[in-house]
Amino acid sequence: MEDIKVTDNETVEQLRQDYENMQAEIADTDGIMDKIKAMIKNNKLATISLIVILIFCFCAIFAPVVAPHDPTLQDYDNVRAHPSRDHILGTDELGRDVFSRIIYGARISLVIGIVPTTISMVIGTILGLMAGFMGKKVDFVIMRLADIMLAFPSLLLAMVVMYTLGASLINIFIALSVVNWAGTARVVRSQTLALKEKEFVEAAESIGVKKSVIMLRHILPNCLPSLIVLFTMDIPGSILSESSLSFLGIGAQPPASSWGLMVVNGKQWLFSEPWVAIAPGVAILILVLAFNFLGDGLRDAIDPYMKE
Amino acid sequence: MDELLRINNLKTHFFTKKGVVPAVDGVSISVPQSSVIGVVGESGCGKSMTAMSIMQLVQKPGRIIDGSIELEGEDLLKYSGDNMRNIRGNKISMIFQEPMTALNPVYTVGRQVTEAIRIHHHDIDKEEAKKMALDIFNAVGIPEPDRRFNSYPHQLSGGLRQRVMIGMAMVCNPRLMIADEPTTALDVTIEAQILFLMKKLQEERGTSILLITHNLGVVAEICDYVYVMYAGKVMEQANTFELFKNTSHQYTEGLMKSIPKITAEKERLYNIKGVVPNLMKLPKGCRFCPRCEKAMPRCFMEEPPLYKVKTVVKNAGEHYARCFLCESSEVMNDD
Amino acid sequence: MMTKQIGDTLIRTVDLVKEFEISGGDFFGRNKPRVHATSNVNIQINKGETYALVGESGCGKSTLGRLMLKLIEPTSGHVEFEGININELPSEEMREIRKKMQIIFQDPYASLNPRMNVYDIIAEPLVTHHVCKTKDETKERVKELMERVGIRPEFINRYPHQFSGGQRQRIGIARALALQPQLIICDEPVSALDVSIQSQILNLLHDLQEEFNLTYLFISHDLSVVRYISDRVCVMFLGKVCEIGNTEDIFGNPLHPYTKFLIDAVPKPDPFLRKENKQLLHGDIPSPVNPPTGCRFHTRCPYAKDICSEIEPEMNNVDNKQVACHLI
Repeated sequence: MEDIKVTDNETVEQLRQDYENMQAEIADTDGIMDKIKAMIKNNKLATISLIVILIFCFCAIFAPVVAPHDPTLQDYDNVRAHPSRDHILGTDELGRDVFSRIIYGARISLVIGIVPTTISMVIGTILGLMAGFMGKKVDFVIMRLADIMLAFPSLLLAMVVMYTLGASLINIFIALSVVNWAGTARVVRSQTLALKEKEFVEAAESIGVKKSVIMLRHILPNCLPSLIVLFTMDIPGSILSESSLSFLGIGAQPPASSWGLMVVNGKQWLFSEPWVAIAPGVAILILVLAFNFLGDGLRDAIDPYMKE
Repeated sequence: MDELLRINNLKTHFFTKKGVVPAVDGVSISVPQSSVIGVVGESGCGKSMTAMSIMQLVQKPGRIIDGSIELEGEDLLKYSGDNMRNIRGNKISMIFQEPMTALNPVYTVGRQVTEAIRIHHHDIDKEEAKKMALDIFNAVGIPEPDRRFNSYPHQLSGGLRQRVMIGMAMVCNPRLMIADEPTTALDVTIEAQILFLMKKLQEERGTSILLITHNLGVVAEICDYVYVMYAGKVMEQANTFELFKNTSHQYTEGLMKSIPKITAEKERLYNIKGVVPNLMKLPKGCRFCPRCEKAMPRCFMEEPPLYKVKTVVKNAGEHYARCFLCESSEVMNDD
Repeated sequence: MMTKQIGDTLIRTVDLVKEFEISGGDFFGRNKPRVHATSNVNIQINKGETYALVGESGCGKSTLGRLMLKLIEPTSGHVEFEGININELPSEEMREIRKKMQIIFQDPYASLNPRMNVYDIIAEPLVTHHVCKTKDETKERVKELMERVGIRPEFINRYPHQFSGGQRQRIGIARALALQPQLIICDEPVSALDVSIQSQILNLLHDLQEEFNLTYLFISHDLSVVRYISDRVCVMFLGKVCEIGNTEDIFGNPLHPYTKFLIDAVPKPDPFLRKENKQLLHGDIPSPVNPPTGCRFHTRCPYAKDICSEIEPEMNNVDNKQVACHLI
């Protein structure tokens, strides 16, 4: 507090008021946005990861502008060329610029990463909320279903779906969405069960708020921190799944340039012209790591108890 | 030596990203041999941090930055980690509010007590340690000690767990036991038992107790001398009877008037205006002045030192209050 | 203090029993241990009074509060509000009754949804029951309530984590007042607060009662607070009622041995009242899973006779109080 000449009792009252005002302004701001800002300030790795992801998104959206060459342009004179000034990462087996194909491939990888994850999280959240809130029988049925889903290796399940439906991008979405909801459902269910006992939920019940409104207004928003973290950590899983499916031949089909496909096509020249397979592989690695580190950072910032 | 523990101008500050929190800001407490000393205050006043500082259990971002803590003349703050480990549990022990968190749930209580014994007395064998543990179980009033020896903490009630904690704390015959809100989590009839037990142990074994609480009733029940803390500093200190009969600090008086008394008629409860201050933005002068009814302009400019107050109760030792209204010619040295 | 106008019975319980099953029992899940939270409790609360429920852990006071609000269903027995049996009401009609009884909780940190701001929290009852016609009207009403409980209206958009414990408790009180209820159940409303804040909240509750002619069911383990704020006291032990009477009668002349020990055990903030040879209650509080036979208090009671372990005592009227004890 500044130096004030205090001489009389009126000033005492004024000082008291000033002090109270000052105390009132000090709000312990620690909402989600503040925590994220704090993370950006403190966690370099997570911030770098966030920037990397944003760069990839930018490339994906503005691919026609960013990519130096047309990714489908085949140049038989320049097949599997070494990296040069014209082709930063060389060319692939059909003479197409690898760098441009990676940039365009980011579109597919990001979309494959985000869309199925979003869908499976929505399914998982709804089922988790229902399991936690709607009584023992509903809980039993949903959780046994989740157990079944978790018992199968998800990649195998995805393959089964793909074989059944046929290989295409849409079918990949379906496969990955359907297969991955169980983890989210479990997390949301346990959070719901814990939140159900909290007094603010009892307060809402005593006011006469309907059950559905309680689930949406009171329980779901409080699951959000965990869901945000889960989201960023599930995305790399989807990206890797797509790469694996493509590697097995049942993922994206040419001429689409998904990174997984690029690795498959380039693997035969792994020791002679390694960049053809390695460049897309490294792209996968970087994007997956970035999401992982971002997820870690978010989790540490928002929900430290999840670590244990 | 008559004085067991002397805390001199202790300062424990927390260096957080948002600023420095002076949790303990120049606190001096004296614990004589064989007495019960109370430290009373509301949340955030620094009383628990003072206790943790004595045991050197202050965690980052907190740090003891000034002062000394003398146990029978030796400054503990100069002790290394190993030496401090010898002191803890042995010469000074501590019991906490929540016995469930202080006791390890996967070991039986008997094993935890014998472990406490054997850490400090390496030459004692298992049989002898078990006998000592059973003795202390008896002394703290645990019924069927043989059976309870093999119980796990979750199998015991809150009162029994607290007795086990007290047993663990007393088993090595410490000179000082620090009790941090030992009865706050207990039911009233159990609280009365535990307070009685602590007083009995203190009288029988000559241990001193430093009792930290927010409950003036507990203080009145078993303490000999009381320190009242607010916002990191001692505001008033006196013999218990003297404190209640001749309250000299506005904060202490406010506290006493705001407690509903089980013995009194219903008058409207007094309210201390305002709230406990945020320690990062303390007022310039006296820490209590924005809430004080009798604040004078001077209170907002300077911080008062501890002034000596004339006692009204006979043989009550010394009484000090940090308030300009008590200004006299005598001022405590270390402030 | 102004003398209160105390009216007829507002709410009463009839032979209310609540038992919980807990995990255990045999392989097939039969014979699970049961927690006898409340057993055959009959109490009645009159309009305008402050009725206190006191007792230690396991006595069932919190469970009883929730049973009365129909937040949980009884195992047997029922609750009557203004003569209507609420346990047989369909949910639409129950929603109407809910407007008349509200609750304030102990934990100021868990009783407010951290994702909702002050406006949302206090407006929720108003919105749920369509009390106000426009959003502006709702906002006005919320600000009025905030001022009434002592929170600055400018803070209407703040979130719970930006307030202190005492302020959060005030927000909870504003929420309870929003529907202009007749009965407010206060479940240990000041136990988690600092002493200097306790007195502020107690005074607030007292003022609100006068202003709005509220009836309080005040659940607490703190006898000093109970003495200050209540008109009548009901002492419970392990799910059963021991003694009921006017506050002054109970504290001045307690009849049931448990009541006497309870009052004696409270540490009094006055060293001149220290008793050298205070008689203490020995032993632990028995578990509500296997309550003692006969009078549930007999294992701790120094005056217990044979009959006490065999037969449960009935409630009798003695000296203007109701007591359940064989020795009286």
